[in-house]
Amino acid sequence: MNARTSAQNSAGTGAGTGARTSTGTSTGTGARTIQGQKNLQDIRQSSKDGIGGSPLRPDGTLKVRGEFAYSSDMWHEDMLWGMALRSPHPRANILSVDISEALAVPGVYAVLTHEDIPGAKYYGLEIADQPALAIDRIRYHGESIALVAADHPETARRAVKKIKVEYEVLTPIVTEEQCLDPETYGYVHEPHEYKSHAYGNICHEQKLVSGLGVTDEVRALADVVVSGTYEVGMQDQAFLGPESGLAVPAEDGGIDLYIATQWLHVDRQQMAPVLGLPEEKVRLTLAGVGGAFGGREDLSMQIHACLLAQRTGKPVKIVYSRDESFFGHVHRHPAKMYYEHGATRDGKLVYADARIVLDGGAYASASPAVVGNAASLGHGPYVVPNVRMHAIALYSNNPSCGAMRGFGAVQAAFGYETQMDRLAAELGMDPVELRQLNAMQQGDLMPTGQEIDAPAPVAELLRRVKDMPLPPPLDTDDLDVRLLPGALSNTSHGEGIVRGVGYSVGIKNVGFSEGFDDYSTARVRLEVIGGEPVAMVHTAMAEVGQGGVTVHAQIARTELGVEQVTIHPANTEVGSAGSTSASRQTYMTGGAVKLAAEAVKRELIEKGRRRYGWTQQDLTLAGGKVVSESAGALVSMVDLLGEDAIDLTREHHHRPTVPFDKETGQGFGHVQYTFCANRAVVDVDVELGLVKVVELTAVQDVGKALNPLSVVGQIQGGCTQALGLAVMEEIIVRDGKVRNASFTDYLIPTILDTPPIPVEILELPDPHAPYGLRGVGEAPTVSATPSIVAAIRNATGLALRRIPVRPEHLTTERPGEL
Amino acid sequence: MRVTFTANGKPVEADDVWEGESLLYVLRERVGLPGSKNACEQGECGSCTVYLDDVPVCSCLVAAGQVQDREVRTVEGLGGEDGELGLVQQAFVDAGAVQCGFCTPGLLVQTDALLEQDAQPSDADIREALSGNLCRCTGYEKIMDAVRLASARKCAGERAGGAVAE
Repeated sequence: MNARTSAQNSAGTGAGTGARTSTGTSTGTGARTIQGQKNLQDIRQSSKDGIGGSPLRPDGTLKVRGEFAYSSDMWHEDMLWGMALRSPHPRANILSVDISEALAVPGVYAVLTHEDIPGAKYYGLEIADQPALAIDRIRYHGESIALVAADHPETARRAVKKIKVEYEVLTPIVTEEQCLDPETYGYVHEPHEYKSHAYGNICHEQKLVSGLGVTDEVRALADVVVSGTYEVGMQDQAFLGPESGLAVPAEDGGIDLYIATQWLHVDRQQMAPVLGLPEEKVRLTLAGVGGAFGGREDLSMQIHACLLAQRTGKPVKIVYSRDESFFGHVHRHPAKMYYEHGATRDGKLVYADARIVLDGGAYASASPAVVGNAASLGHGPYVVPNVRMHAIALYSNNPSCGAMRGFGAVQAAFGYETQMDRLAAELGMDPVELRQLNAMQQGDLMPTGQEIDAPAPVAELLRRVKDMPLPPPLDTDDLDVRLLPGALSNTSHGEGIVRGVGYSVGIKNVGFSEGFDDYSTARVRLEVIGGEPVAMVHTAMAEVGQGGVTVHAQIARTELGVEQVTIHPANTEVGSAGSTSASRQTYMTGGAVKLAAEAVKRELIEKGRRRYGWTQQDLTLAGGKVVSESAGALVSMVDLLGEDAIDLTREHHHRPTVPFDKETGQGFGHVQYTFCANRAVVDVDVELGLVKVVELTAVQDVGKALNPLSVVGQIQGGCTQALGLAVMEEIIVRDGKVRNASFTDYLIPTILDTPPIPVEILELPDPHAPYGLRGVGEAPTVSATPSIVAAIRNATGLALRRIPVRPEHLTTERPGEL
Repeated sequence: MRVTFTANGKPVEADDVWEGESLLYVLRERVGLPGSKNACEQGECGSCTVYLDDVPVCSCLVAAGQVQDREVRTVEGLGGEDGELGLVQQAFVDAGAVQCGFCTPGLLVQTDALLEQDAQPSDADIREALSGNLCRCTGYEKIMDAVRLASARKCAGERAGGAVAE
């Protein structure tokens, strides 16, 4: 073998035809059952490993064996290692770059700067404003300037250090005040090079007004007014598999890239112009992806590895260190938010006003979509008759920010949910009751004017989460320090520990919004292999860990009545699947697999009608046969198919949406809404400022759980990232410089920091969605953070207007108004 | 330099090893055992955990030269001789403890080591033992389930006196 690529990820267990998905393993007990029992099933009964079941992951066995080939595992004979030189300054002019000493290092094959780029020099997800390698200017700490290819990573590291760059260091533009006064502080992108649609250092802006808006007359209608300023720190996706991949130059002058990404086709669309190649010569195959959470939506090392492979004619592998990973992808936008709510004495909301300022950093990335979400979802799952909203994303010399799980909605939820608690306190009401009183439901209008035309059980989710049993109180007679704040640091034996409980609920959209047609493509092939009908599903969906491959096989089993399903490796040979983001893949690519499988089914039945002259209208596929409800089994698929294969491709488009009006924010902008409610129970060491989340409960409406085991896994994982944002996770940026780019200094929750996470699932079908399903991945990340902070406030009486809550906030802030 | 050691029971030899290379790098890039993972390469995440002479270590923190003539066991060595999954591996698959799977190899080795010491750990024991292994996908709940399941199966296997695949 002279190469190790991700093709192994599907060839490993299949009989030459791709990975067999696991069958016959029940969940829970893990006991193996004999698949032969399927012959005894009712002929109309669909497979137990179809939708609604929890068959095990088709890639699970490879993953526990250590044989699943992740992007950093790629290997090729004679491959070189690529590495980037990154700027130590957040803002500077590049006066000169001298690569001669680096080129002279033995074992170095190439050193490239922007002058070596064969095609377009800029790329970007929504706005092509980012240079593939810095051109004359540095806009953020860590921006890449030059690339090295060498025979060993250490050789590359040493060569990178020998590149001499002369900088004119400039004062970075980092605060809101500085960004909004470019005449004084300067431009991140000079007016003549500006590519965004807004102005100054504003990357994107969205206003919204509904009802009467917010005026002095409207304010006068409220008996009670609560207002405040809230702040959210910069969170990192911190996926465990670092950015990495292998670029292999091909004989046709094109390039093959094995890559961990969230969207193969949009990567290619951005890469090909820079590489100076037509898209069909840039072929991407998905390598194993070690998590994503939005952080792989933008390009990282894709173009760099390909440029080096083009130049050297050799395969080039790039693997980021963890340190480089913090500079190599965008983060969650930090936010500063002003919120004001007015309500009547009996708790009905009269108006809501907000201004949300998101720091987008140096380049646009997904900032426009983040602004759109913040503006349209920023008043939460509540009915508010009069609304005003102004959301902007700034350009600055801070790290670029873009997609992270729940974007736009996560930041806003901390604002509006804190406001709900404060309003309840002001009114002397129970905070859950206040939320229920104002909760939106099906038929209500969003502030955008869009009608909620699917179930929106906001009040019911809150009722259920409140009804869940509480964990027992702390037993001070029988303490296990591991369960206390501070845990194994042995900081308390029960003294100074106060318990608190908090609630929250949140709203997130599913799918791409504002007129974007993020369609998905699926190819399904049905044929007889080894005397059994086998379906093959081929999509370009990025499996990033969420379990989409499991769900695709389930859908194929349900629609085609077969047990054996193989999943073809995801690549650019098939049409786009859109991004694995916005909670959309089961809805969109799952929907495409359903459409393609239904088409295959129709064609197979037609083939039977032509051959056998069937006249029944009640034909379907089940148990490997064509069956009639009235006449029973007609023929086996094996006999009907013979040597033939049916191979069809279908696209799935969601219902169209429209951009929000720039001034009023009105418009049918979102595809679907999703809701989650949480309750957090915390113990706080009020003397040391340490927090232990004791339990984090989630109740979520998922429409239809196609794979309940995976759905629960998504909700628990989403809650845990929300816990991280509440009490631990922040990229510390000072004067534009990142100060904690490592897992030593950027803390994500460990198993000791994470509590039991009881989950309850509601299944209220959305009539517009395939199988009635609702995207699940993001809603808990939106809703869980405010519940934890509410619980800490409940325990401490502190205001806590900023997240993450750190020990010094708990020990230096004075109890004030809630 | 040349490094010779035993990996999963088989003698292996790596030539032209630079002295600064870690055991993790040698396993992944030189001897064809990429199962141990490179999530942080500074001893914080546990995804590169392997047995070194029966003691679980972060292989990113072990210099390649330190393993000369010693025994290393990686995730690739946790299964049975016949290709069957080991008890801990099977439990992680069955419980839904694997999502992206990047943390899985390290967690499997650490869990294997835990259950070797204590076949019936309490929940707090499990959390303490696995607190050096970061997972970003699961929220750890299914990992807790997997360890409990592996523990139950191991105890059931020992009670029955039968051979349990390790």
